[in-house]
Order: sequence, then structure tokens, then C-alpha cells
Amino acid sequence: MKRLPVLALLLWICCVFYVGIFLFVGGFLLVRLEVNRTSSCEDVLPPSSNTTSPDFCSKHPRVRRAVILIIDALKAEFARYDPGNVSPRPFENKLPVLGEMVSSRASHARLYTFRADPPTTTMQRIKGFTTGSLPTFIDVGNNFASSAVLEDNLIHQLGQAGKRVVFMGDDTWVSLFPRKFHRSLPFPSFNVKDLHTVDNGILQNIFPTLDGDDWDVVIAHFLGVDHCGHRFGPDHPAMAEKLTQMDGVIRSVIKRLQNDTLLVVMGDHGMTDTGDHGGESQKETDAALFLYSGSPLFPDPDAQQVEPEVVPQTDLVPTLALLLGVPIPYSSVGQVMLPLFPRNSSLDAPVGLSQVEALWINVKQVHRFLETYSSMAKDIPADSLSQLRAHFSQISSQYMSSTRDGTPPPPELVASMQEYLSSVRETCRASWARFNPLKMAAGLLVLGFGCILCYVISELSVAVLQGTMLKTPVLAGLMVGGAVAVGQIFTLGYVEVSWCFGAAVLFSEALFLWRARRVCPRGRLSHWHLLTLPLLVLLLRCASLLSDSYVISEGRVVTFLLFSLGLYVPLQLNWDGLLVPAPSTDTQKPPGLLAPPLPPSVVRRESGTLLVCIGVLVVCLYLSLSFHSCREEQGACQPSVFLTPLSRVQDSRLRNLHYVLSLASLSAWAFLLHRWLRHYGNLNCTSVAVFTARCLLPLASICMGLHWAVSATPEDTFRNLAELISLAHVILPRIAFGLLGLGMLLVWLDPLTVFLKTRAPLNSRGAVMPPPRYRASTGISPQAELHHLIPQLYQRIRQSLDDEGAKGTDPDGRPAVEAYGLGTVYSAPLVLLYGLMGLGMLLLHPEGMALAFLLLLLQAAALLYLHASSSNLSSQQSHSSVFSVPWAPVVLWSLAASQFFHATGHLPTFPSIQWGAAFVGFPQGHTGTTLPALLVTLNTFSSHILFAVSCPLLLFWPLVCELRGSRTSRLGGGEDGDDVVMEMRLRENPQQFSSALLQLAARYLFINGAQVLASVCAAAILRRHLMVWKVFAPKLMFEASAFIVGSVFVLVGVALVMRVDTAVARLFQRLLPENSR
Amino acid sequence: MPEELNLNELSRVVFLGLSQNEMFTLNKVAEEETRCFFSLRYTSVSHVGSGDQRHGISSCPPRRLCAVNIAVFWLLGISPPTKKNTLSYKLSRLSRSCVYFLLSCLFFHTVVVLYGAPLLESALETFSLAVLLSTLTTLRCLCMLGPNVQAWIRVFSRDGAMSVWDTSLQITTGCSVVGAWLGAFPIPLDWDRPWQVWPISCSLGATGGFLTGLLVAPIWIRWHRKQLTYKLK
Repeated sequence: MKRLPVLALLLWICCVFYVGIFLFVGGFLLVRLEVNRTSSCEDVLPPSSNTTSPDFCSKHPRVRRAVILIIDALKAEFARYDPGNVSPRPFENKLPVLGEMVSSRASHARLYTFRADPPTTTMQRIKGFTTGSLPTFIDVGNNFASSAVLEDNLIHQLGQAGKRVVFMGDDTWVSLFPRKFHRSLPFPSFNVKDLHTVDNGILQNIFPTLDGDDWDVVIAHFLGVDHCGHRFGPDHPAMAEKLTQMDGVIRSVIKRLQNDTLLVVMGDHGMTDTGDHGGESQKETDAALFLYSGSPLFPDPDAQQVEPEVVPQTDLVPTLALLLGVPIPYSSVGQVMLPLFPRNSSLDAPVGLSQVEALWINVKQVHRFLETYSSMAKDIPADSLSQLRAHFSQISSQYMSSTRDGTPPPPELVASMQEYLSSVRETCRASWARFNPLKMAAGLLVLGFGCILCYVISELSVAVLQGTMLKTPVLAGLMVGGAVAVGQIFTLGYVEVSWCFGAAVLFSEALFLWRARRVCPRGRLSHWHLLTLPLLVLLLRCASLLSDSYVISEGRVVTFLLFSLGLYVPLQLNWDGLLVPAPSTDTQKPPGLLAPPLPPSVVRRESGTLLVCIGVLVVCLYLSLSFHSCREEQGACQPSVFLTPLSRVQDSRLRNLHYVLSLASLSAWAFLLHRWLRHYGNLNCTSVAVFTARCLLPLASICMGLHWAVSATPEDTFRNLAELISLAHVILPRIAFGLLGLGMLLVWLDPLTVFLKTRAPLNSRGAVMPPPRYRASTGISPQAELHHLIPQLYQRIRQSLDDEGAKGTDPDGRPAVEAYGLGTVYSAPLVLLYGLMGLGMLLLHPEGMALAFLLLLLQAAALLYLHASSSNLSSQQSHSSVFSVPWAPVVLWSLAASQFFHATGHLPTFPSIQWGAAFVGFPQGHTGTTLPALLVTLNTFSSHILFAVSCPLLLFWPLVCELRGSRTSRLGGGEDGDDVVMEMRLRENPQQFSSALLQLAARYLFINGAQVLASVCAAAILRRHLMVWKVFAPKLMFEASAFIVGSVFVLVGVALVMRVDTAVARLFQRLLPENSR
Repeated sequence: MPEELNLNELSRVVFLGLSQNEMFTLNKVAEEETRCFFSLRYTSVSHVGSGDQRHGISSCPPRRLCAVNIAVFWLLGISPPTKKNTLSYKLSRLSRSCVYFLLSCLFFHTVVVLYGAPLLESALETFSLAVLLSTLTTLRCLCMLGPNVQAWIRVFSRDGAMSVWDTSLQITTGCSVVGAWLGAFPIPLDWDRPWQVWPISCSLGATGGFLTGLLVAPIWIRWHRKQLTYKLK
């Protein structure tokens, strides 16, 4: 068997796809250019007025000090107070202080709806309301690896102005603004389950700080409300408790405020009804903003001040800056909030800037930023830029003339300036969706060629493996890539890695395809091969990725297609007349052409199996629909009840029921695996793999069951056992992880589950035993000897221990060596690995998902048996390569991966990522970011991983379920018609084995790659679509990540098969000298 | 022994018999059926005339289709020749046909629900789709082949057709099912059209597919008349 070429080819295909994805994503995901300039007090903003005094930093700031309380995820709804509401829900009417202040002290307090810009993740929001700029999509990824903010920001400006900024709370701030604070008290933020550490830490420190005098600005970031939302959802008593606590905090802070101090209470984003955030629905973007000052700061309600209904989050930056008398950060595009400034400077001049003055400074600052930005980057369209400039010069001439005349500026000027600021903001928002079309096209090209490549390799796997096709294209590609790099150094002075990779891969692809054309047998690659129904289903699946409606209801679409393709299998068989026994009087066909038809009883049995498999498949598909989660776009949709972790289920009877169901599914998972392995005699020997199956697997399941029980107990029930419970939270999942990891390692180290038994009477009869045929082969090459030995070895394989008595009576013609489990030597380790990995990933999911995982196992089994019996039934017909796996099962297999992605509660959106997976076994949080990222990846792509790693099973299963004597006659390999040789056929035909394995893996990669290509096309074509950031871009990211993770695990699966193959070869080498001489 | 039939004549029969009788009625039926569903949702005016509106609606299109189908096949006389001609035998065949028809309605209902149709909500509409599908497929099988599942299974295989009628049965049945399948495609789209509401698009698809089948079958038979050879029974 050719191991290395197969692996190398697959690795190369994967690399091609990776480079394509990398190129496209590099061109597609928007990157905003950061302007690395900072404002300072000495700045004179053009056009300068006749008084050449600097604009920022007035000597008499309107407020001297500020207390900024950020309550993470303080939704606008939470802050509202409705006295008429007699039965408030847990999150309603819990912050009465805000309403009281607004109504009783109208000139001191205001409450606004505070609208965040998506993405509504905490780090993006902190960046947003400190820099005053708009975020771009690329930032979403670094929420947990936050790096320092380099753009000009409010914290920096406060520090420059000599203000002492004291920070306490969410430690994201410290990583964003290292060494910017006068004093900082960070608390760990990553652990979503921890509602109290951060808040209690702040509460211990904030009042002493406020009472002291060592501060000008205090920033306190509370996380409890957000974590409570993530853990329990907003509609939970814990949320009421948390909000009431916040109410108390705000009251005590207000009590301690002095007259020159401004209090800002704000939420950085809202939350959905399930407590998540990150998207751009109004529930997530609308937070609350409460402003309070000890002295009257706002105009009286009867004054004709237009109050904004909704305040964009960026507007806080210029407002706070001008109120505190520090420069507005350079790249802020916010607009000052007018109610905080007096209408006329003449009335109370010493208190600071008037509305018009503040707006004028704001307009000049934004204009300066726009000029700088447009000189650095060319992404703002020229026509809108010139429009904005004209608008600005008009404003500036109006303002100048009014100041020259000393007349109060006309009220239209205020409106005009506000309009200017809003239009700048809108222009920036539109143009920061900027793409690199060249890179996108290159990525598309590489991916398209990659798909063709996969198809060609899968169709020509035999020819590709025979010739050494790979070396030259790869070497040539590398040389081209190097040449491009050298060229770039000489012309540009630097190397852009993506272009080098792109050139290298594209060239090697082209060369490979050109060479493949020559070795291609005539007519092998006709277009009609592409028009079979399985590929048509794939085409439909790819086409569905181009429509946002279909992406939104993707789970159902995939299930629909799977169902159709599943029904197609028996219909096709019936169409070919293979499902029912052929009528015996069929004399029309010349008998020599086809193999003799299967006996009717066999056909009946096989088609019975097939129909049962279809039934199981259909039931699994239908049940899996009830595990789906809901997107925000799906209006009337209830997420599955199994998705809530047990600790969140309030009804104890329901909780017990869920627990019992999960436990039953878990034990069924372990039992089915054990049962299958025992049935094929894989549990007889004493190797470590068997030890894994016998001990580690059940032990790990027991640990998981206990862990679920522990995590399901409500926190308050066993107070005296609290320590033990928290210990169990840590220990049990870690033990399970350890056992499963050890099991996988052992399976890899010694994958053989073969039990060899040498017969005692054999030795007494000595050399007489080998039959003549066999002896004739001695003396030829060891390879040939091996060929003849093997059929002898597995004459009786499926007999497990209970079968032994019957066999003992068999007087003669017994094999020299009995090998148990040799028939499933390849599939057994794979099945074992599958079971171990499945358990590990189940541990990362909510407990209710155990049912979904059981469905996954059942459906995979149904698909395998369906494939096996359909290939048995059609075994008379197929003339192609013996082991070749047709398209239909591979498409089914790959679609099932997408189906169970949805059926395990995942969605291709960022808010639906199950962050809780990072805390399984690590309830205290992590220090690094690698481990949590790994855990969350394993959780998200678990179904892709499971289906990818078990992909080679599709090749083995027809052999495992082979009909006795059906294949031997065609193969001519076996001497004895009644042999049950099963997977040893693969050993007998190593060439066909490797080419079939390559074909299978290439087909699987082709199907996944085609889906990636389709979502890439969707993102490229629809890049100005309304839904691109909401639907298509996240879908692309998920599809690409799924491909990357899946392809890695396809390689793992194939590598495990190779590993088994080497082990089997070694086993036979060990056997050969003993028995043949 | 294979024998080439006089296909020209037969195809003319197929075309004349089916197109003139059925296509005309079917057009009306399709139109009426849409109105049925629309009236169910948007108006309260019952055009069926009977007092029980919902019941009348759920069975109105398939009922007429049934009648037309049976009448056409009876007039054409292509049902398999019965060996026994006694009344009791005929009655037993008739009752078995009815049972088969009902079973096939249930089967289609189950399949449609498994495909993702709502289980309880609008069950009546789902069932009416199942009745329509049975009428377009099972009823024709019953008329042509009698209540004989073996024969049905035989017909839907590559070499199973024994006459042009079987071939046309293959084509029309396949087209109706595929049409209903395609009819499910527009349901998730956000166009907010009245015909996207659950079974309407599928019913329209099934009817349209059936019509296409009726049109295509004679053309296909004529096109392939050289390749078509039927075994004698």
C-alpha cells in the first residue's frame, strides 16, 4: 500500500484550499486604516478663527470630575421604570433609581437609549466608546486576545491632560490600555459562570476611592449582569437580584457625588432574549445611558431643547472630552450631545462652551480627521468627500460671519452642523466596508481550481497514484512562489506572503491539471459523470448558500436534501431492478455478461436491511430537527429545550427527566460501541486498544454521568458540600478528558485488536498441515507468500468465544492460525477512536445534547449499513474499481456533518458560539487563550470532526458486511468460495486499497470544498448585500473553519488507517517465519 | 419475445385521450385548488357550495381529479384484463383499491411530515396534499395495474414497463412527485407571497409536474419509439 503518496496528495489538496481561503478572507474581511495621530491641547484646528487660541482644553471645564459606571449588557429595557407594571418580570422595574432621578431632578439627570454599533461584543464596544470610531468586522476575532488600543482615545487624552484615571472591574480594559491608568484594579472577566467576583471586587474598592481625593475620573466596569444573562438568561431570578444590587450601587454613588462631578451609567450593549449578544439586532445594540450631575447641568424640561431619542455610542467621546476639557480623540467621528451644553454662552459664560461653540469644535475636529484619513487611504468615495467638503466650507463661512458680526449664530447653523456630523459618520460607516477585489478574485480562482483538482484526483486516483505526479508541480510551484517573493523584494521592497502563496499554489495546480490531462484515460472525465443525482443534490446545497433565506434556515434545508438523497438510494436500486429478487425466468440476458445474480433470499434480506436503514435514517433526521437552535432572524422560533444546561432548568422534575434521558443516551452510546466491537471479535486479545475499549470508555462515561449530576445540582442546595462540589466540577471532567486522551493515544500506539490463537494439535502434526496449494508457493518471494497465507489466516474470523465449541468438533481443514477480529482490523480502531472522540465532544456540550449525539451515532450507523447493503445489492453491476465508494454515500456523509452541526445546537453566527465549552473542567477560567480556543473549536465543529475522522469507514463497511462468496468469485483472490475475508481483501489488493482510500478522501474534501467555494462566491457576489455581515460573512467564516478543522481530521482518519496498515504488515511479518517453514 | 408496437397510433391515443380530457380539467382543477387554499386563508366565501367549508375544501380538487382519472381510464379500457369476471371478485378488487388508496394517502402524509411539514398545525392541509399526491400517483397505478403492489414495484424499474401506458405512468408519476418536491423550494424564501404558505406551493408543484408529465410522456415516447421494445405479457 502506498502510504506516503496518499498522505502527501491529501495534504497538498488541503494546503491548496487553505491558501485559497486565506487569500479570499484577506481580501474580503474589512480592515480600517488606523490613523496613528493624537490630538493635543495645543492643536489649532483649521480654519482657525481670528482669535488664535487653541480650541480644546478650555480653562473652565464644565465638569471637573467624572464617575463612569459601565454595567455590561445593561439593556435599554432594564433601565426603564414603569410604576403601572404590577407583576414585573425578573428584569423589569429593578432600577427604580434612574426613573426617580429623571422625574424628580429633571435638570440633573437624563436617561437615553444608547445605541451601540455592531459587533456588540465587549471589547469592540470599549474600543468604540473610548476612541469614538467605528469598528470593523476583523476585530471580532480578538475578543479574547485583546491587544492594546493604538488609536487616539479618551483614556490617553485624560492621562495627557493630567487627570488621574482610576479603573476597576473587567480586566479587558487593562489589556486595552496598558499603563494608562493612574491606578487600576482589574478582575478576571473570562469566566462567564462567575457572577460576583468582578462586581464584589469593585464594590469593595469604589466607595473608599470615591471618598478619597486621589482621582479625577473613576471608571468601574461591572460584569455581573452580562454574565448573568449568559448563564441564566434575562428572565431569571438571578437577574433581578443582580439588577437590584446595581440599583443600590447607583444610589450610594449618587449620595457621594459632589457638585462638580458627572455620573455616567451606561451599558456597553444589550442582550437577546436568551442573554447572548454580538449581533446587530436592536435588542443587542440598544443599551441604556444615564447621566447625572450634582449641579444642574441640563436645561429645564420646559426650555425648548430638542432631546435626542437615541444616542449613538460614539457620541459619548466628544461630549465627555469637551465637558472635562480634554482634546477630542483624533479619529472620533462622534457628535456632542447638545443637552449637556448651555444654549447661550452669554448667560452662564464661565461654565464653559455653548452649544454652538462645542459643535463647531466638534465639526472642525471631524473635518480634520476626514482630511487626514482621505489623504492616507483612498477608500472614501471622491464624490461624497467633495460633498462633505462643500458642506463644511459653507458651515465655516456661516460661523465665521456670525462671530465676526457678534450676532448669535442662526439656529439653522446648529442643524446644519449636526447634519454634517451625521453624514460624515454615515460615509465612514459605508466606506469602511472596503474590499480588496484582486485578492478576492485570486482566492476564488485558487478555490475553484482546488475543487476541480479534487474531482480529478478522485476520478483518476489509480493513475495519479501510479505515476509520481505530485513532485514536479509542488517543486515548480515553490519555485514560482520564491520567484514572486524575490520580485516583490526588488520592486516593492517587502514581501506580501499571501501573493507568494497564491502564485505558488496556482502554478502547481495548473501544472498538475495539465499533467493529469495526459494520463487521463479517454472518456474518463466526461461531463456526464457530474450530472448524477448525488452531485445534483450537492449543487442544490451549494446554490442554497447563495440565498440569505436558505442560509437562515440552513438546518432544515440540509435535512431536506439528506432526506431526499436517502430516499433516492432505494428508488435507484429499484429502477435498476436490484431491490427485489430478479424473476427466475429471465432468459433475455446473455448469461456470460454479468455475474450470476444473487440468490433471492439474500436479495430479500439485504433489501430488508436497506429499508430498515432508511427507516432509521428518516427517524433520526426527523428527530434531529428538534435539537435546533434559533437565529435572531427567525421570528417565531423556539430554541430546543435540550440546549439549556441542566443547571438552568428550574423545574426539578423536568431536570431529572432530562438527566435520565441524557444518561440513557450516554450509556447507549457506550453500549452500542462495545456491542459492535464484541460482535466482530475485537475484544478478545489483551492489547492496549482492547483495554481502552473495555475499561477507559466505560470509565469515562461514568465520569461524565457523575459530572452532569454534579453540575445539575443548584448552587444553593448543598451548602455544606459546596467545597466537594466545586472540587468535583474540576476533577470529574478532567478525569474524563484524561481517560479519553489516554485512550486515543493508546489506540494510536497499538491499533491492532487481533487475537491470534494457534491450535495445539497443529504442532503435533508438524509440517504435514499446509495444503499443497500453499506449499507450492513457498520459495517464491515473501510478498507472494503473504498473498497465499492470508486467506488461510482468516477462514474463520467472526467466531467469537461462544462459537468456539462448535468449531472444536471440526476435524480437518482447519486453519493454522485463528485470528479473531482480523476481519475488522481496520475499522475497529477507527470506530473506537470515533467513540472516544464523540464522548469527549459530548462532554463539551450541554447535557441535553447527549440525545443528539446518540442520534448522530445511529444515523452514522444507518448510513454505513445503507451504503453496505446497497453496494451488496448492486455488486453484480459495478464494474469499476472493487473498493471504490460511489458519490451518493459520500455526499450523504458530508451533508450529515452539516446537519448535525445544526442538530447539536450550533448556528453559523457568532453569538451562538457555545462559550460555555471553555469552562468544562476549568470553572475558574484560563490563563492562556490556546486551551479555551481549542475547547470551543472542538465544541463548535464536533459533528464535522466526527464525520471527517470516520470517513474511511465508508470504504470498510461494505467489506465488513460483505456477502459470503459474492466477491471472491469476481476477485479471483480467494481460493475458497466460502471464506469470510472481510477487510483482509484490502491487504490483498494494496494498490486498489490505496487508490480507493485516496478517492474517498478526495471526494469528501471535494464536497466540503465545493461548499466553501459556494459560500465564498456568496460573500463575493453579495458583498454589498444588506445581509452580508449578518448572514454571509459569518457563514463564510464558519464554513471555512469547518473545512479546515474537517480536513485536518480527514487526514487524522487516513493516517490512522495507514498506522493500522503498518501494524498489520508487521504482524504478518512476525507470523510468516513461524508458520511457513 | 420483444415486439415493436405500433407506437404512432398509441402515442396519438395517449396524446388525444389524456390531453383533451385531462389537461382541460386539470387546468381548471389547479386554478380551483389555488382558490380553495386562498379562500381557506383569506376569504370566508365557500365556493364549494356545501355547508362544511373546510371539509369541502380539503377534498375538492382531488375529488374531481379522481373522478376524471377513473372515468378516463375506464373509457380507454387499459386496465389489466381480469381473469375472473364475477361481481364479488370485482367488489373485492374495488374495496382493496380503496384501502390501498387510503393507505397511500397516509403514507404520503407521513412522508411529507417527515420531510418537515408541521405535525399538528395545518394537518388538514397537509393531508389534502397527501390526497392530491395519491390521486396523481397511486390512483393511476390502481387504474392501470390494479391493487397489486408487486406490479407497481415492477413498473418503476428500468425494464419494468410493458406498454406505452406503463411508460407514461412512469413519467407522469415521477413528474408529479418531483414537482411536489420542487414546490417546497420557495417556502423558506422571504418574498411574502400568498402562494408560499405551506402546502400551496407543493400542491401547485405537484399539479404542474403532473401536467408536465402528461405533456412530456407522449413526446418522450415518440422520440424514443425506436428504442422502446416491450415484452409481451
